[in-house]
Amino acid sequence: MAIVTLTIDGIQFSAKDDESILEIAKQNGIRIPTLCHLDGLSDVGACRLCLVEIEGWNKLMPACTTFPIEGMVIHTQTEKLKKYRRMIIELLASEGNHQCAVCVVNNHCELQDLAYEVGLQYVRFPYLYPKKHVDATHPKFIMDHNKCVLCTRCVRVCHEVEGAHTWDIANRGINCEIISDLNQSWGSSPSCTSCGKCVLVCPTGALIEKGETIAEMEKKRDFLKYIVTARQKREWILNMSDEE
Amino acid sequence: MKLKVATAWLGGCSGCHMSFLDLDERLIELADKIELVHSPFADIKSFPENVDFTLVEGAITNNENIEMAHIIRKRSKFVISFGDCAVTGNVTALRNFFSPEEVITRSYIELSSNKNKTPNDYSNLAQLIPTARPLHEFIKVDAFLHGCPPTADQIWFAISELLEGRLPEFQNIFLRYG
Ligand code: SF4
Ligand code: SF4
Ligand code: SF4
Ligand code: FES
Repeated sequence: MAIVTLTIDGIQFSAKDDESILEIAKQNGIRIPTLCHLDGLSDVGACRLCLVEIEGWNKLMPACTTFPIEGMVIHTQTEKLKKYRRMIIELLASEGNHQCAVCVVNNHCELQDLAYEVGLQYVRFPYLYPKKHVDATHPKFIMDHNKCVLCTRCVRVCHEVEGAHTWDIANRGINCEIISDLNQSWGSSPSCTSCGKCVLVCPTGALIEKGETIAEMEKKRDFLKYIVTARQKREWILNMSDEE
Repeated sequence: MKLKVATAWLGGCSGCHMSFLDLDERLIELADKIELVHSPFADIKSFPENVDFTLVEGAITNNENIEMAHIIRKRSKFVISFGDCAVTGNVTALRNFFSPEEVITRSYIELSSNKNKTPNDYSNLAQLIPTARPLHEFIKVDAFLHGCPPTADQIWFAISELLEGRLPEFQNIFLRYG
């Protein structure tokens, strides 16, 4: 680890070079929109909402998976970036089936919040209205593919935190979807422990608890930080020595 | 001079119009400022010429809606998508999982109380298009009023802006889906 100096939106910062641009921005009060990122999970750069412009680089880079180098000059709020962020939300809206008015997470949805953040007035692309399925075979939870934005948070939390690796990604492009185990119904999954972590981290109404009705479900997406901090700091050992 | 204002009801549940009535006492103020030239609230059959602005509720879901949308566009200075169904398809678009034939059979035959009767001939009625779709996919829309339904405050903001000759831009508290 080394300390580097970089500029974000015209302000100079020193930062550790093993922290992503997203983390550095966040620590300094600069808001970059994100969707697939969640504190406590690894970053995969899947949603591209956190794209930033770096002077001298010919590509836009995702802030969550890009690390600083000495002298980097970064812009997070250019017109070009705003245009792309809005386009990403438009594409996500047009390739799923989002009827917020009758959705379980209405008003508690990260996709909705992002639509407001990018000022989405309407979607310029033709809606695809794809015929996607709903898997209600699990005794406690439902997977509604119509609302899935393929952020892969569920895949990562199940693998990295729960250690079950029930979820995975199948197919490519517009046919890409989340599957459980060997592409079988969630209810028949031998690996799922029914811990519910994937349901809590899902940013949308794709993973929900059974028995919730419209606008009823509010997720506690930050519960992860307790588990992850506890694991990193081995808090149970501290607690044990306290008791001695 | 009073502005000529219209509202139209396409593929929606009329909830947006009900929310319009929630303007309550503001309706009296509005009555002094506008002339309502066409609306489900007013019994006027044809859509007049030279309308200053029209609020359109509902998705485009049948051939009659398409025809009406073009008439509205031709005769209105500003067209506003009024509510989520007009903006995204929303609840009206839930039927897009099924073919028009399945939808008609389900709602008019399977769920009808006199199942044993041969269904009437529906061919003279408006015909469903394959999918219900947002208004702006058919005509140019000048502003978008979101919500299912939009709240009275959102509607009031939109109308106040339009009365001042401005197109409403929905941001912050006035931009909300669902
Ligand atoms: S998941 Fe979010 S954006 Fe999609 S319908 Fe539900 S509330 Fe709306
Ligand atoms: S409930 Fe737990 S074990 Fe089952 S899929 Fe979700 S995260 Fe994995
Ligand atoms: S189910 Fe939810 S958490 Fe999993 S990829 Fe889809 S949107 Fe993301
Ligand atoms: S948050 Fe960085 S790509 Fe999704």
